[in-house]
Amino acid sequence: MKDGNTAQKAKSHETDSHNKDILRCMQCGVCTSSCPSGRHTSLNIRKLVKIAGRTTNIFSNEELWMCTTCYNCQERCPRNIPIVDILLDIRATAAHQGMIQPEHRQVCRMLLEYGHAVPINEENRKIRTDLGMEELPETVQKYKEGLEEVKELLRSCGFETLIGDNKGCIPEGKK
Amino acid sequence: MKALTLFMGCLVPNRYPGIELATKLCLAKLDIDFNELAGASCCPAPGVFRSFDRTSWLTVASRNIVLAEQMERDILTICNGCFSTLADANRIIKEENGTKEDINEHLRKIGKEINGNIDVRHIIEFLYEEYGPEKIRSYVERQLKIRVAVHYGCHLIKPTKDRGLGNFERPRFFDELVNALGATSVEYPDKMACCGAGGGVRSAMKDKSLKMTEAKLARIKEMEIDCIVNSCPFCHMQLDAGQAEIKEKMEIEYDIPVLHYTQLLGLALGFPPEMLGIDTSLKKNRELMEQLDLQE
Repeated sequence: MKDGNTAQKAKSHETDSHNKDILRCMQCGVCTSSCPSGRHTSLNIRKLVKIAGRTTNIFSNEELWMCTTCYNCQERCPRNIPIVDILLDIRATAAHQGMIQPEHRQVCRMLLEYGHAVPINEENRKIRTDLGMEELPETVQKYKEGLEEVKELLRSCGFETLIGDNKGCIPEGKK
Repeated sequence: MKALTLFMGCLVPNRYPGIELATKLCLAKLDIDFNELAGASCCPAPGVFRSFDRTSWLTVASRNIVLAEQMERDILTICNGCFSTLADANRIIKEENGTKEDINEHLRKIGKEINGNIDVRHIIEFLYEEYGPEKIRSYVERQLKIRVAVHYGCHLIKPTKDRGLGNFERPRFFDELVNALGATSVEYPDKMACCGAGGGVRSAMKDKSLKMTEAKLARIKEMEIDCIVNSCPFCHMQLDAGQAEIKEKMEIEYDIPVLHYTQLLGLALGFPPEMLGIDTSLKKNRELMEQLDLQE
């Protein structure tokens, strides 16, 4: 219980002020016209901010995951709304409701198992030795006690539980 | 200026070992006091992990920072993603009321404690701030007479309120470091546009991420440059491996060489391409080396 409370507390500092920030949006559209993803995908960040300010029916929205977090919208917002920070909060709530893309869940499992989102593979072990480097880098891949520490921390924070359970992904049809 | 410890992250040691080697060779040649951050993990990556759970993201980042604190060294990153995570986490630990105590409750379980008494640097801003283009120029042994498209990437410079490296619309510092090597940084449309990889988009929606990459490559191609230079292995992967993926999926061929700044710097400092992980079995890279009179 204690850990859960700590997690909530660490999250809440920013989230509270973000909830108020979003209500200052005047729907001018500078964000959308600055969005590199929006030129090529269905992401309309202005619309997302509008939805987020009015309803909680946003968490299964696939567009949430089309943002590359480039921060252009946030930088150019004339009302200084921290749009990307807010989007990250919304993503976190979606993830905690079990809405995690299968590929992202896989990346998380890599961290849980190897301490790296992208661990070493055979091809790169060889490239390293061919370059005269050590086969394994100076990371938790070489230092197993360090890997155990990372695993302990991820358990302590509840990350293993968050990723481990099978609450499902983005609902069919939304993908 | 504190001594440095080099934080490798995931993509550099595990997918681009040549960038790791290039970085170490350059730092040594520039007489920079550094060691390796032994026992570090994933930063963890800002796109996916920060999106999912802020506390887990902060806690694992804090463990990496503690390892550097124990050596009383500042962290040096060579990746915009690692810089984003570690610099943001370090700032939050230092500034946000109560968070350090919360994170230390987790760290205590592995016998660690974060103090918030070091800094996190990125190699581009570090070289610019602590050395500057003129001093870098004094180390150059080989003038690189090529036209370069500089790709800053997003998280080196944004959010600007946290990075403190000036305006993001038309920055110059990275370009000046490239020009210091004898090369010419060429302006191009949408220069500050994202590569398309960040935020977990490459991992979950690769086709969409490649559309952004293709748009950027098309702009670069128009300028008849010799190579792209970046400051981030994730942008590097997207712009480099992305070219092969674009060729396969969209049947558009670019064939533009892509180098991390440490590889370009390594060439200028006199190291041969094969020591810098520049794959000269690829025609585009071989031609670039010929242009630099580096091909045997």
